[in-house]
Amino acid sequence: MDIPYTVQPRPDTGLYNAKVGIWLFLASEVMLFGALFSAYILLRVGAEDGLWPHGWLNIPVGTCNTLVLITSSITTVMAWASCKMNQFGRFKFFHACTLCLALTFVGIKSYEYHDKFTHYEIALNDGKIADGHFIENKLQLVNGAYTGYALLKGHVVTDRKELFNLREHPAKHEELRLEGAQIKSLDNYGPWHHTYLAIYFTLTGLHALHVIGGAIVIGFLWGPGSKLWRTDPERFTNRIEISGLFWHFVDLVWIFLFPVLYLL
Amino acid sequence: MDAHSSSPTPVAGAPAPPALDPHFHEHLRRYLFVFYALLFGTLITVGASYIPWGNREINIGVALFIAIGKASLVACYFMHLISEQKMIYGILAFTAFFFLGLMFLTIWSFSDFPRHTVTH
Repeated sequence: MDIPYTVQPRPDTGLYNAKVGIWLFLASEVMLFGALFSAYILLRVGAEDGLWPHGWLNIPVGTCNTLVLITSSITTVMAWASCKMNQFGRFKFFHACTLCLALTFVGIKSYEYHDKFTHYEIALNDGKIADGHFIENKLQLVNGAYTGYALLKGHVVTDRKELFNLREHPAKHEELRLEGAQIKSLDNYGPWHHTYLAIYFTLTGLHALHVIGGAIVIGFLWGPGSKLWRTDPERFTNRIEISGLFWHFVDLVWIFLFPVLYLL
Repeated sequence: MDAHSSSPTPVAGAPAPPALDPHFHEHLRRYLFVFYALLFGTLITVGASYIPWGNREINIGVALFIAIGKASLVACYFMHLISEQKMIYGILAFTAFFFLGLMFLTIWSFSDFPRHTVTH
């Protein structure tokens, strides 16, 4: 038995069924991300004065990732347009581009995550704070006290608030040697470090999962799923349109995430 | 690249390929225009964030204004919302209602303090 209305529009909706389905799904996605944006607003407004970070993320890297995602949006549209124009070879080319761009986005995001997980804030016994990335870490925690030493590429501040506005007061990083006896505690910039990072990892992690999910679908339609073109090109074109709608939604979410998390 | 040379031919008896809108090439030009606008909008967003407006709220407003513009371009042209069926608009109207309601509740909560709370 054939699934009805995969190509022909339903008389009552004027649309093929998958299109109604994807828009209902996207509506639920709007509410999902909306709830997280709402959480972001509450956390930000509730933060103490001077304790909401600015400049913790690398703007050129974030801008580059935004451009990658926007470019993937146009290649998705062109892939669909190629199907409409009955140019299967061009469709393959544009969809391959989209897939590569999706993987590039995930790769850049992974680099950013790695940078955060290897970035440390180190409370020193004299009350100062060292902040930066380890070049060499020979520290050992023995009976609650640090021994050994560490070489850090970073800077030292006297007040923790100095770490929160790096856009207006960028840090001058230099190589520092820290002895274990100087160190009281250390903590990396994971989601547990600050509510900003908690919401940053939640929002961008969820978004990255969407990118990965979209890339799997695009990869399927580019590879084994493209066999449908031989037997039912119009239905295949509709599938490309549906996957494209999801992909544009992922792009649309990032359009808001980028300024909110990186620039403001 | 010769696009047609690598095209597999639909099997005999398969439905015909999708019919092409006579204005389709105009749409393609529009997609490219939107793409350039999105790239430009991104660079403007980054540039505007470095301008000291004197008040961070203005920075937030400018960035969100540009983001809404970019999102509208994606939704209207790439997602074809500019020429969709009423059914889709209906779904989106419901979504917008609940999304705005959620944001309204969020903002409303800023002024919702327990009794006898000292506010400055």
